[in-house]
Amino acid sequence: MTTTAPTARPPRGRLLDPRLAIGVAIVLALLAASLMTGVYDVVGAADGAEMFAITRIPRTVALVLAGAAMAMSGLVMQLLTQNRFVEPTTTGTTEWAGLGLMLVMIAVPTAGILPRMLGAIVAAFVGTMLFFLLLRRISLRSSLVVPIVGIMLGAVVSAVTTFIALQTDMLQSLGVWFAGSFTSVLRGQYEPLWIVAVVAVAIFLVADRFTIAGLGEEVATNVGLDHRKVVLLGAGLVAVATGVVTVVVGNLPFLGLVVPNVVSMLRGDDLRSNLPWVCLVGIGVVTACDLLGRTIIAPFEVPVSLILGVLGAIGFVLLILRQRRRG
Amino acid sequence: MIQLQDVRKDYGDEVSIGPVDLAIPRGGITALVGPNGAGKSTLLTMVGRLLGLDGGTISIGGHDVARTPSKALAKVVSVLRQENHFVTRLTVRQLVGFGRFPHSKGRLTVDDEARISEAIDFLDLGALEGRYLDELSGGQRQRAYVAMVLAQETDYVLLDEPLNNLDMRHSVQMMQHLRRAAEELDRTIVVVLHDINFAGRYADRICAVKDGRVVEFGTPAEILRDDVLSAVFETPVRVIEGPDGPLAVYY
Repeated sequence: MTTTAPTARPPRGRLLDPRLAIGVAIVLALLAASLMTGVYDVVGAADGAEMFAITRIPRTVALVLAGAAMAMSGLVMQLLTQNRFVEPTTTGTTEWAGLGLMLVMIAVPTAGILPRMLGAIVAAFVGTMLFFLLLRRISLRSSLVVPIVGIMLGAVVSAVTTFIALQTDMLQSLGVWFAGSFTSVLRGQYEPLWIVAVVAVAIFLVADRFTIAGLGEEVATNVGLDHRKVVLLGAGLVAVATGVVTVVVGNLPFLGLVVPNVVSMLRGDDLRSNLPWVCLVGIGVVTACDLLGRTIIAPFEVPVSLILGVLGAIGFVLLILRQRRRG
Repeated sequence: MIQLQDVRKDYGDEVSIGPVDLAIPRGGITALVGPNGAGKSTLLTMVGRLLGLDGGTISIGGHDVARTPSKALAKVVSVLRQENHFVTRLTVRQLVGFGRFPHSKGRLTVDDEARISEAIDFLDLGALEGRYLDELSGGQRQRAYVAMVLAQETDYVLLDEPLNNLDMRHSVQMMQHLRRAAEELDRTIVVVLHDINFAGRYADRICAVKDGRVVEFGTPAEILRDDVLSAVFETPVRVIEGPDGPLAVYY
C-alpha cells in the first residue's frame, strides 16, 4: 500500500467548531429574550423573582428541551427511513402519541402526568413501528409517497382520536393538546421533560449506528450491525421524545423536518458532529417562534404550533422545490 | 477459502438457486459470470450473509456464515451490493470511515484514521476525500464505496457488479485497483462481472453460473473457449487470441 499517506489529516466532521460558538451565542441571546418576555414585570414587582422562577425559567427550559428533542427525533427518523421528508408529525407518530394520551385520560381520568406520558410513549412507539413496517412493504424510500403515507396514517389516527373524544366529551382537552404551546409550562408541571435530555444523550452515544443504518440494511449488515435492532432502538428513542413532548407541550409540527434538512444542506450528514447543530438550530427555531407567538398579539399569545405550522409548511415546500431542482 | 456446500435458495416452484457446491480458494480474484438472472448476485449476497439460505452451508475462512455472529463476520468478509443510492450526505472520508466500524465501533482511533487514509489513497481519492458523495461522478462514487470495503480490512471482499455504469476507462481503472488489492493487500476478491473479457483479463478464476447452478469453474484459459462460453451464455461466442490473451467475440 502506498505509504505517502499523511496520517495527520483533519479527522471527519469536527465536533467543536468556532461557528458553533457563534450559534450558541445567538441561541443564548434568544433564550435571554425568552426569559425577559412576558406580561408580568419580573424585575420591578415585589414577587418578580418568584414569578420568574415559576413561569419564565420553566418555559425557557422547556423550549430548550422540546426544541432539541423534536429536531433530533426528526433527524433519527430521516436516517432510519432514508427519506428526507420524514419526522414525527409526517409519520403519524405525534398523532399516535395523542391517541395514547387520550386513551389513558379516558381509562383513568385521575391519572397523573407520568401514566399519561407512558400511554403516549407506548402508542407513539407502536405507531412508529407500524409506519416502519409499512415502509418495508411499499419500499419507496426516497419518494414523496413516504411522507404522504405518513400524513394519511396520522390523519386516520387523529380522526379516531377525535371520534373517541367526541364520544367521551373530551374534545376540548384534545383541542388544547393539539395546539402545542408553552403557555401552560409552569414549575411543577414541566419537570418530566428532563427525560428527553436522557434521550438526547442516548442518541448522541449511538449516533454512528444511526448514520450507518441510514446507508441501508445491506451496508449495516456488512459492517456487522443488526439493522433491526438499530431501527427498534431509534423508534424507541423517538417515541419517548415525542411522547414526553406531546404530553408536556403538545404538537410541534415540522420542527424535526426543517431543522435537520437545513443542517444537512450546510454540513452534510455525519450524525455525530451534526447533532450539536441540530439541537442548537432546533432550540433556536422553537424559541424564536415562541417569542413571535408571545409578542405579535401581546398581551395574548398565539400557540407556537400555529407559527411553526405556517413557517414549517413554507420550509417544507421550499425543500421539495429544491429537491426537484436537484433532480 | 470460501466453501459452499449444497447451497439452496427457493423462489417459488419455477425459480430456484442450487444446489451449489463450490470451493473458492484463498487469494486472487474470482469472477462470477453468467447470463442475466442466473443467480450470480444471489449467490454473492448469500455468501455475504445479506440473504439467508434455504439449505446447505457456506463457510468463509472456516467461519460458518449462518452461525458466526454478524459482528465477527464483519472482520472476515465485506460485501458491496450493486445499487448504492444513499440519501445521506456524507463526505468520501466519512463514508470510508464507516468501513472501520467493525473494528472501532465508531470511535475512530489514530490507527483507524491512518487505515482510512490508506484506503482513500489506494483508490486515488485523496483529492476528493472532503467532497460529498452526491457531488461525485459515478466512477468516483463507485471507488469511494470500494474504498469503504477495503478499509474494513477483511480477508474476503465480495463485490456485486462493481463495473456497473462505469465507462471503459473507469472500468479498467477499477479492475486494476482490484488487481492491486488482491496482490498487494492479499485480499481474496469475489466479483460479479458482466463482461467476460474483463473476467478473462483480470480474474484468476472464473465461475460460470447458469440457471442457479455453477456450470463451470476454472482458470480463464479453461473457461474462455468457444464451446464453454456458447453453452453458458446460450449465444454463439468465438474466442480469438488477443494481444493480452484470449478474447471472447460475440457481437
